[in-house]
Amino acid sequence: MAADPIHQFEIKKIATLGEIGGVEIAFTNSAAFMIAAVIFTAGGLVLATAGRSLVPGRVQSVAEITYEFVADMVRSATGDEGMRKFFPLVFSLFSFILVLNMFGMIPGLFTVTSHIVITAVLALLVFFTVIGVGLYKHGFRFFRLFVPSGIPIVIMPLIVAIEVMSFLSRPISHSVRLFANMLAGHITLKVFASFIVMLGGLGAVGWAGAILPLGLTTALIALEFLVAFLQAYVFAILTCIYLNDALHPGH
Amino acid sequence: MADDRPPSDRRGSAAEDAALRARLRRLGEQIGALTPRPKADDGPSAQGRGDPSNLARALRLSSEFIAGILLGGFIGWLVDYFLGWSPWGLIVFLMLGFAAGTLNAMRSAGLIRPQDK
Repeated sequence: MAADPIHQFEIKKIATLGEIGGVEIAFTNSAAFMIAAVIFTAGGLVLATAGRSLVPGRVQSVAEITYEFVADMVRSATGDEGMRKFFPLVFSLFSFILVLNMFGMIPGLFTVTSHIVITAVLALLVFFTVIGVGLYKHGFRFFRLFVPSGIPIVIMPLIVAIEVMSFLSRPISHSVRLFANMLAGHITLKVFASFIVMLGGLGAVGWAGAILPLGLTTALIALEFLVAFLQAYVFAILTCIYLNDALHPGH
Repeated sequence: MADDRPPSDRRGSAAEDAALRARLRRLGEQIGALTPRPKADDGPSAQGRGDPSNLARALRLSSEFIAGILLGGFIGWLVDYFLGWSPWGLIVFLMLGFAAGTLNAMRSAGLIRPQDK
């Protein structure tokens, strides 16, 4: 049904790859779009920088601006050390999410980031990177992250428990934010767009009335483009802030 | 670009360039000193930027808060289920989660400094 706002998020099986423990492993439209995004990003960057002209052309400018943008973000949040170690990770995450979000804005295409499985795995990747790097670099001193200084010893256990909970809840909010924004945005868009068609069914008066949702839909599309970029940015900068904790726990 | 000019002119523009660059750097430093460092969990500083980013702010704060409670509830349920402390696991961890969610939201709103006291 075309008017069903949830229909656009349906996962469709393209081919079955095999079976693991009775669970079918299928190549889905989601996987196809992820591969497309990787090819688009990697291929686009390789092509854009192939010319290596001193005065960049249009495509090369885009690649350079993206690099500068992410590099500034990483450097300001994690310092030079973080820049050396984590730039590839943050850049990959940022461009992957941004391209997937933008793919989702093209009518008829699938929005991969509107599924919490995807965003949760990305957030957990960051989460475990933080723990791994923190433990590797600082050993047990990493756990000073949970012990704020200047707290009376009496309420210390309570504060530590709350800090641990706060730390553990990070991947949840990290992933839910991206997923919820994309899901809600696309549903809103679809609902308003279907109002146009519904009103149009009423005849001439309906068509006149449909101008309102048409205007709203246009405005929403602009807003959605902003959200698509902003959420990729927010995901990346949160990644930087969390990684900074791994490098400098407890300050 | 500059090569087709007479040499004296070029040297003059080079000196000018250096002066300009020094000024630019000084200005950059001043701006850097004045702009607040990005707060924890902050996207672009969302102050007074009209509807979209206020909405984003609202979503961000609520997601931080809800994440804490959800996690607390989940851990509490796990503890109850596997250790048989029912109902104390749920009670204790839900309240801890509530506190953590509040902490997250306040940190995200920039009301308390992130991590470092």
